[in-house]
Amino acid sequence: MNIGDQAPTFSLPDTDGAEHGPDGVTVVIFTCNHCPYALAWHERLLQVARDYEGVTFLAINPNDAERYPADSYEAMKERVQADGGWPMPYLRDETQDVARAYDAKTTPDVFLLDADLRLRYRGAPDEDYRAELRADWLRDALDAVLAGGEPAQPETKPVGCSVKWR
Amino acid sequence: MRVELLWWEGCPPPPETLADLERVLEEEGVDAQVDMVEVETDEQAHRERFPGSPTIRIDGEDALPADPGEPFSLTCRVYRLRDGRISATPDPEDLREAIRRAR
Repeated sequence: MNIGDQAPTFSLPDTDGAEHGPDGVTVVIFTCNHCPYALAWHERLLQVARDYEGVTFLAINPNDAERYPADSYEAMKERVQADGGWPMPYLRDETQDVARAYDAKTTPDVFLLDADLRLRYRGAPDEDYRAELRADWLRDALDAVLAGGEPAQPETKPVGCSVKWR
Repeated sequence: MRVELLWWEGCPPPPETLADLERVLEEEGVDAQVDMVEVETDEQAHRERFPGSPTIRIDGEDALPADPGEPFSLTCRVYRLRDGRISATPDPEDLREAIRRAR
Protein backbone atom coordinates (compact mmCIF):
# COMPACT_ATOMS: atom_id res chain seq x y z
CA MET A 1 0.00 0.00 0.00
CA ASN A 2 1.41 3.36 -1.06
CA ILE A 3 0.81 6.82 0.34
CA GLY A 4 -2.51 8.07 -1.08
CA ASP A 5 -3.91 4.57 -1.66
CA GLN A 6 -7.30 3.61 -0.35
CA ALA A 7 -6.75 1.50 2.74
CA PRO A 8 -8.58 -1.81 3.11
CA THR A 9 -11.44 -1.71 5.57
CA PHE A 10 -11.86 -4.51 8.09
CA SER A 11 -13.64 -5.63 11.21
CA LEU A 12 -11.69 -7.35 13.98
CA PRO A 13 -12.58 -8.34 17.55
CA ASP A 14 -11.15 -6.50 20.53
CA THR A 15 -10.29 -8.14 23.84
CA ASP A 16 -13.97 -7.99 24.86
CA GLY A 17 -15.18 -9.48 21.58
CA ALA A 18 -16.56 -6.21 20.15
CA GLU A 19 -15.77 -5.60 16.48
CA HIS A 20 -13.86 -2.51 15.32
CA GLY A 21 -12.67 -1.10 12.02
CA PRO A 22 -11.47 2.17 10.50
CA ASP A 23 -13.88 5.05 11.05
CA GLY A 24 -12.97 8.59 10.03
CA VAL A 25 -9.38 9.63 10.61
CA THR A 26 -7.84 6.41 11.88
CA VAL A 27 -4.48 5.28 13.20
CA VAL A 28 -3.85 1.57 12.69
CA ILE A 29 -0.97 0.22 14.76
CA PHE A 30 0.28 -3.31 14.22
CA THR A 31 1.79 -4.36 17.52
CA CYS A 32 2.17 -7.34 19.81
CA ASN A 33 2.95 -8.54 23.33
CA HIS A 34 6.40 -10.02 22.99
CA CYS A 35 8.50 -7.60 20.94
CA PRO A 36 10.72 -5.20 22.90
CA TYR A 37 10.33 -2.48 20.28
CA ALA A 38 6.54 -2.70 20.46
CA LEU A 39 6.65 -2.71 24.25
CA ALA A 40 9.02 0.24 24.41
CA TRP A 41 6.85 2.37 22.09
CA HIS A 42 3.59 1.23 23.66
CA GLU A 43 3.03 3.90 26.31
CA ARG A 44 3.96 6.67 23.88
CA LEU A 45 1.33 5.45 21.44
CA LEU A 46 -1.31 5.16 24.16
CA GLN A 47 -0.59 8.78 25.06
CA VAL A 48 -1.13 9.85 21.45
CA ALA A 49 -4.51 8.10 21.56
CA ARG A 50 -5.39 9.96 24.77
CA ASP A 51 -4.29 13.28 23.27
CA TYR A 52 -6.21 13.00 19.97
CA GLU A 53 -9.83 12.57 20.94
CA GLY A 54 -12.05 12.14 17.90
CA VAL A 55 -9.43 10.10 16.03
CA THR A 56 -9.96 6.33 15.84
CA PHE A 57 -6.98 4.35 17.13
CA LEU A 58 -6.79 0.60 16.51
CA ALA A 59 -3.99 -1.60 17.86
CA ILE A 60 -3.82 -4.92 16.00
CA ASN A 61 -1.90 -8.03 16.99
CA PRO A 62 -1.38 -10.22 13.90
CA ASN A 63 1.30 -12.58 15.19
CA ASP A 64 1.12 -16.37 14.91
CA ALA A 65 0.05 -17.37 18.41
CA GLU A 66 0.88 -21.05 17.93
CA ARG A 67 4.58 -20.32 17.72
CA TYR A 68 4.38 -17.24 19.94
CA PRO A 69 1.90 -17.97 22.76
CA ALA A 70 2.66 -14.60 24.34
CA ASP A 71 0.65 -13.14 21.45
CA SER A 72 -2.44 -15.32 21.87
CA TYR A 73 -5.89 -13.78 22.13
CA GLU A 74 -6.00 -14.88 25.78
CA ALA A 75 -2.66 -13.22 26.49
CA MET A 76 -3.91 -10.04 24.82
CA LYS A 77 -6.98 -10.03 27.07
CA GLU A 78 -4.84 -10.60 30.16
CA ARG A 79 -2.52 -7.74 29.22
CA VAL A 80 -5.29 -5.21 28.70
CA GLN A 81 -6.97 -6.33 31.91
CA ALA A 82 -3.70 -6.11 33.85
CA ASP A 83 -3.25 -2.56 32.54
CA GLY A 84 -6.74 -1.59 33.66
CA GLY A 85 -7.82 -0.97 30.05
CA TRP A 86 -6.31 0.90 27.12
CA PRO A 87 -7.47 4.11 25.43
CA MET A 88 -7.70 2.16 22.16
CA PRO A 89 -9.07 -1.31 21.36
CA TYR A 90 -6.56 -4.13 21.03
CA LEU A 91 -7.68 -6.24 18.08
CA ARG A 92 -6.84 -9.82 17.16
CA ASP A 93 -6.01 -10.50 13.50
CA GLU A 94 -6.23 -14.27 13.75
CA THR A 95 -6.13 -14.94 10.00
CA GLN A 96 -3.41 -12.31 9.46
CA ASP A 97 -5.51 -11.10 6.49
CA VAL A 98 -5.51 -7.48 7.67
CA ALA A 99 -1.76 -7.45 8.26
CA ARG A 100 -1.25 -8.88 4.77
CA ALA A 101 -3.66 -6.37 3.23
CA TYR A 102 -1.74 -3.52 4.86
CA ASP A 103 1.61 -5.17 4.11
CA ALA A 104 2.59 -4.75 7.74
CA LYS A 105 6.29 -5.43 8.21
CA THR A 106 7.07 -5.02 11.88
CA THR A 107 5.66 -4.52 15.32
CA PRO A 108 5.12 -1.68 15.64
CA ASP A 109 4.13 -0.50 12.17
CA VAL A 110 1.93 2.60 12.11
CA PHE A 111 -0.58 3.58 9.40
CA LEU A 112 -2.48 6.89 9.44
CA LEU A 113 -5.64 7.05 7.32
CA ASP A 114 -7.53 10.23 6.54
CA ALA A 115 -11.32 10.56 6.74
CA ASP A 116 -11.61 8.99 3.26
CA LEU A 117 -9.43 6.09 4.49
CA ARG A 118 -6.53 7.04 2.26
CA LEU A 119 -3.07 6.31 3.61
CA ARG A 120 -1.33 9.51 4.73
CA TYR A 121 1.50 8.25 6.93
CA ARG A 122 3.21 4.93 7.35
CA GLY A 123 6.20 3.96 9.44
CA ALA A 124 7.67 4.30 12.90
CA PRO A 125 6.12 6.39 15.71
CA ASP A 126 9.31 8.45 16.02
CA GLU A 127 13.01 8.15 15.43
CA ASP A 128 14.13 6.10 18.44
CA TYR A 129 12.27 3.48 20.46
CA ARG A 130 14.64 3.95 23.38
CA ALA A 131 14.77 7.74 23.64
CA GLU A 132 12.47 9.97 25.66
CA LEU A 133 10.33 10.94 22.68
CA ARG A 134 6.59 11.43 22.11
CA ALA A 135 5.82 9.59 18.86
CA ASP A 136 6.35 12.92 17.12
CA TRP A 137 6.44 11.55 13.58
CA LEU A 138 2.91 10.26 14.09
CA ARG A 139 1.79 13.40 15.94
CA ASP A 140 3.14 15.65 13.15
CA ALA A 141 1.34 13.59 10.52
CA LEU A 142 -1.89 13.67 12.54
CA ASP A 143 -1.67 17.43 12.98
CA ALA A 144 -1.21 17.88 9.23
CA VAL A 145 -4.08 15.58 8.27
CA LEU A 146 -6.46 17.07 10.85
CA ALA A 147 -5.61 20.54 9.48
CA GLY A 148 -6.47 19.36 5.96
CA GLY A 149 -2.89 19.23 4.77
CA GLU A 150 -0.27 16.68 3.85
CA PRO A 151 2.28 15.31 6.31
CA ALA A 152 5.73 16.75 5.61
CA GLN A 153 7.18 13.30 6.12
CA PRO A 154 4.58 10.82 4.86
CA GLU A 155 6.74 7.72 5.13
CA THR A 156 9.45 6.45 7.46
CA LYS A 157 11.03 3.05 7.82
CA PRO A 158 9.10 0.85 10.25
CA VAL A 159 11.40 -0.40 12.99
CA GLY A 160 10.81 -3.42 15.20
CA CYS A 161 10.37 -7.16 15.20
CA SER A 162 9.09 -8.79 12.05
CA VAL A 163 5.42 -9.77 11.93
CA LYS A 164 5.37 -13.46 12.85
CA TRP A 165 3.62 -15.05 9.87
CA ARG A 166 2.23 -18.56 9.98
CA MET B 1 37.76 -14.20 26.30
CA ARG B 2 35.37 -15.47 23.62
CA VAL B 3 32.44 -13.12 22.99
CA GLU B 4 29.46 -13.96 20.80
CA LEU B 5 26.38 -11.99 19.83
CA LEU B 6 23.62 -14.38 18.83
CA TRP B 7 20.74 -12.90 16.89
CA TRP B 8 17.67 -13.76 14.87
CA GLU B 9 16.37 -11.69 12.00
CA GLY B 10 12.83 -11.76 13.45
CA CYS B 11 14.07 -9.56 16.29
CA PRO B 12 17.07 -7.82 14.85
CA PRO B 13 19.40 -6.34 17.45
CA PRO B 14 19.58 -2.57 17.19
CA PRO B 15 22.95 -1.16 16.11
CA GLU B 16 23.74 -0.14 19.69
CA THR B 17 23.94 -3.78 20.83
CA LEU B 18 27.20 -4.42 19.01
CA ALA B 19 28.41 -0.84 19.47
CA ASP B 20 27.81 -0.95 23.25
CA LEU B 21 29.45 -4.35 23.55
CA GLU B 22 32.56 -3.35 21.62
CA ARG B 23 32.86 -0.08 23.51
CA VAL B 24 32.58 -1.72 26.92
CA LEU B 25 35.06 -4.43 25.95
CA GLU B 26 37.53 -1.75 24.92
CA GLU B 27 36.93 0.30 28.07
CA GLU B 28 37.54 -2.81 30.17
CA GLY B 29 40.76 -3.50 28.31
CA VAL B 30 39.54 -6.79 26.89
CA ASP B 31 41.04 -7.62 23.52
CA ALA B 32 38.25 -9.76 22.11
CA GLN B 33 36.51 -9.85 18.79
CA VAL B 34 32.72 -10.18 18.85
CA ASP B 35 31.54 -13.12 16.76
CA MET B 36 28.12 -12.55 15.23
CA VAL B 37 26.10 -15.77 15.20
CA GLU B 38 22.83 -15.81 13.29
CA VAL B 39 20.29 -18.29 14.63
CA GLU B 40 18.02 -19.39 11.83
CA THR B 41 16.05 -22.45 12.93
CA ASP B 42 14.39 -23.80 16.07
CA GLU B 43 16.80 -26.74 15.97
CA GLN B 44 19.73 -24.36 16.03
CA ALA B 45 18.06 -22.35 18.82
CA HIS B 46 17.86 -25.51 20.95
CA ARG B 47 21.38 -26.55 20.08
CA GLU B 48 22.77 -23.11 20.90
CA ARG B 49 20.59 -22.79 24.04
CA PHE B 50 19.28 -19.55 22.58
CA PRO B 51 16.56 -17.89 24.72
CA GLY B 52 15.93 -15.04 22.26
CA SER B 53 17.41 -12.29 20.18
CA PRO B 54 19.78 -10.75 20.99
CA THR B 55 21.79 -12.93 23.36
CA ILE B 56 25.37 -12.17 24.33
CA ARG B 57 27.60 -15.01 25.43
CA ILE B 58 30.98 -14.79 27.09
CA ASP B 59 33.08 -17.93 26.99
CA GLY B 60 29.98 -19.90 26.08
CA GLU B 61 27.81 -18.61 28.95
CA ASP B 62 24.87 -16.23 28.64
CA ALA B 63 26.25 -12.90 29.87
CA LEU B 64 22.84 -11.94 31.24
CA PRO B 65 21.12 -15.24 31.95
CA ALA B 66 17.46 -15.51 31.07
CA ASP B 67 14.95 -16.91 33.55
CA PRO B 68 15.63 -20.62 34.15
CA GLY B 69 12.27 -21.71 32.71
CA GLU B 70 12.73 -19.72 29.50
CA PRO B 71 12.42 -22.02 26.47
CA PHE B 72 15.03 -22.02 23.73
CA SER B 73 13.43 -20.83 20.48
CA LEU B 74 13.37 -18.23 17.76
CA THR B 75 11.90 -15.37 19.72
CA CYS B 76 12.59 -11.87 20.98
CA ARG B 77 14.34 -10.98 24.18
CA VAL B 78 13.18 -8.05 26.29
CA TYR B 79 15.75 -6.25 28.43
CA ARG B 80 15.32 -3.56 31.06
CA LEU B 81 17.66 -0.61 31.21
CA ARG B 82 18.80 0.46 34.64
CA ASP B 83 16.33 3.33 34.63
CA GLY B 84 13.50 0.83 34.10
CA ARG B 85 12.87 1.43 30.41
CA ILE B 86 12.16 -1.55 28.18
CA SER B 87 14.85 -2.17 25.61
CA ALA B 88 15.78 -4.49 22.78
CA THR B 89 19.38 -4.44 23.98
CA PRO B 90 21.04 -4.78 27.40
CA ASP B 91 22.10 -1.84 29.52
CA PRO B 92 25.83 -1.23 28.85
CA GLU B 93 26.54 -1.27 32.59
CA ASP B 94 25.05 -4.76 32.85
CA LEU B 95 27.39 -5.81 30.05
CA ARG B 96 30.30 -4.26 31.93
CA GLU B 97 29.48 -6.23 35.07
CA ALA B 98 29.16 -9.45 33.06
CA ILE B 99 32.56 -8.89 31.45
CA ARG B 100 34.15 -8.23 34.84
CA ARG B 101 32.58 -11.39 36.28
CA ALA B 102 33.91 -13.44 33.38
CA ARG B 103 37.52 -12.39 33.88
